[in-house]
Amino acid sequence: MNSWRNVWTITKRELAAYFTSPLAYVFIVIFLLLCGFFTFFVGGFFERQEASLVRPFFDWHPWFYLFLVPAVGMRLWAEERRVGTIELLLTMPITAWQAIVGKFLASWLFLALALALTFPVVITVNYLGRPDNGVILTAYVGSWLMAGAYLAISCITSALTRSQVVSFIISLVVCLFLILAGFPPVINVIEQVSPKLVDLVTFFSVMTHFEGFQKGVLDSRDILFFLSVIGFSLFTTSVILRTHRAG
Amino acid sequence: MIKVQNLAKVFGTKRAVDGVSFSVNRGEVLGFLGPNGAGKSTTMRMITGFLPPSGGSVSVGGFDIVEHPIEAKRLMGYLPENAPAYTDMTVYGFLNFTAEIRGLRGDARKQAVSRVVEMCFLGAVLHQSVETLSKGFRHRTCFAQSIIHDPDVLVLDEPTDGLDPNQKHEVRQLIRRMGEKKAIIFSTHILEEVDAVCSRAIIIDRGRIVANGTPQELRQRSEWAGAVTLRVKGVVASAVTAKLYQVPLVKKVTVVDDKDGHVTVRAFPKSSGNGALAQAIGEAAHEWQIEQLHSEEGRLDDVFRSITMPDTAKEAA
Repeated sequence: MNSWRNVWTITKRELAAYFTSPLAYVFIVIFLLLCGFFTFFVGGFFERQEASLVRPFFDWHPWFYLFLVPAVGMRLWAEERRVGTIELLLTMPITAWQAIVGKFLASWLFLALALALTFPVVITVNYLGRPDNGVILTAYVGSWLMAGAYLAISCITSALTRSQVVSFIISLVVCLFLILAGFPPVINVIEQVSPKLVDLVTFFSVMTHFEGFQKGVLDSRDILFFLSVIGFSLFTTSVILRTHRAG
Repeated sequence: MIKVQNLAKVFGTKRAVDGVSFSVNRGEVLGFLGPNGAGKSTTMRMITGFLPPSGGSVSVGGFDIVEHPIEAKRLMGYLPENAPAYTDMTVYGFLNFTAEIRGLRGDARKQAVSRVVEMCFLGAVLHQSVETLSKGFRHRTCFAQSIIHDPDVLVLDEPTDGLDPNQKHEVRQLIRRMGEKKAIIFSTHILEEVDAVCSRAIIIDRGRIVANGTPQELRQRSEWAGAVTLRVKGVVASAVTAKLYQVPLVKKVTVVDDKDGHVTVRAFPKSSGNGALAQAIGEAAHEWQIEQLHSEEGRLDDVFRSITMPDTAKEAA
């Protein structure tokens, strides 16, 4: 009970930190503009003539997150190390885990807020037709889980360095791999080399696991995939923070 | 309250801290001295649980910092070097956050925050963002953070660094007042601070403790301790030294200054630390016109230099 109170204290501080800097507002505005632009102009929402958000809206999320989530996660630990506040934080009567989870939760909740602010798209499609709102909801859940996986990876890269820029670039590259492993052109190449490898490679892609959510299927394996990426990454973060201090 | 035993820290091939042992009881203020890079900050970081030790142990209030970190950290307040603070928060927000994470809720938290704001004179900048604070205020904000839960143990890494003389004075007063009820360790470069605040001092060099005692005891180790300076008029220097060598307690006499008929000499005693030498010299010099006669107390900076840099100290002398 007490440990969750500590986690929540950290989470509150981190959330407040987002909103006292312009980062939060810039992020939300860019995210919403991108969503709007790609859904209605590039994604051909109107031309499709169907009441669905899957192709025109959710298909773009893995690519938006590729740039935006590392930007949200990059400051989590890099900034603490640069300013030296990590020394304060880790000498408080809390465990490193509470700090890690608290920081992660704050960013994840922030991403949830950004995602929730795309609600006008849902209203639009409901106004124009009769979409399956169950599918939209599961796709939202999937999108949020996917963002969490990216974010947890950004936590690792942020703990690795005191430079936010380096953190941003490394996590972008890692996340790009997670997308490309399930990207059709890449899969085609792998299929020519060795068809057996395809299943293995695509299993590690966020695309493969996001696909199910987009169809409205809540598959426990997909949920477990994202949760285990998050768990593993946060664990790695704790190891990095510990080895960094061990000198 | 604090018990450090054989503490060691190795970074790669460098032994930053090498077998440091000491203890601090309630009511004691321990000054931690040493040149830059001697291992002061590293030792403090291990005591506060930020760095895991490579060897040895630290216990705070009976709790081992490695085995029971949370309990030990709860008893401690820590002011890290350079006084870091979250720049995106206001002073009030920052203190509230640290109070909350220290487990203070509701009224207890409000009281704790207003108490440290008053103690550290932060009222004027309470709603200013930490980023915009001057160095002195930022330092005091971080200091306020370390005492917000009224800890039994305080670890302060250069608490007066970057403060102006008035602020330094205030912080020293504060440390001394708090030292009556707490166990405090603080590091500093400023030797006068040791005199002003500490009940005991440790000098650390290249990761090892090279001196440990009260400021008075450390001063006794100075060559200067008990030396007597004498200034007379109308005598030649050689006559003065010759006469002083006849005083049984005198080990050595040096001429400090000799011009316009004023001669200043310094006599070093065979055994340091009593007023007998000044008395004897006063008697030996009674036939001259004495302009000045005083006994040196021994200088801490002299001790510090001769201990941490034995070679250069000899050259200078």
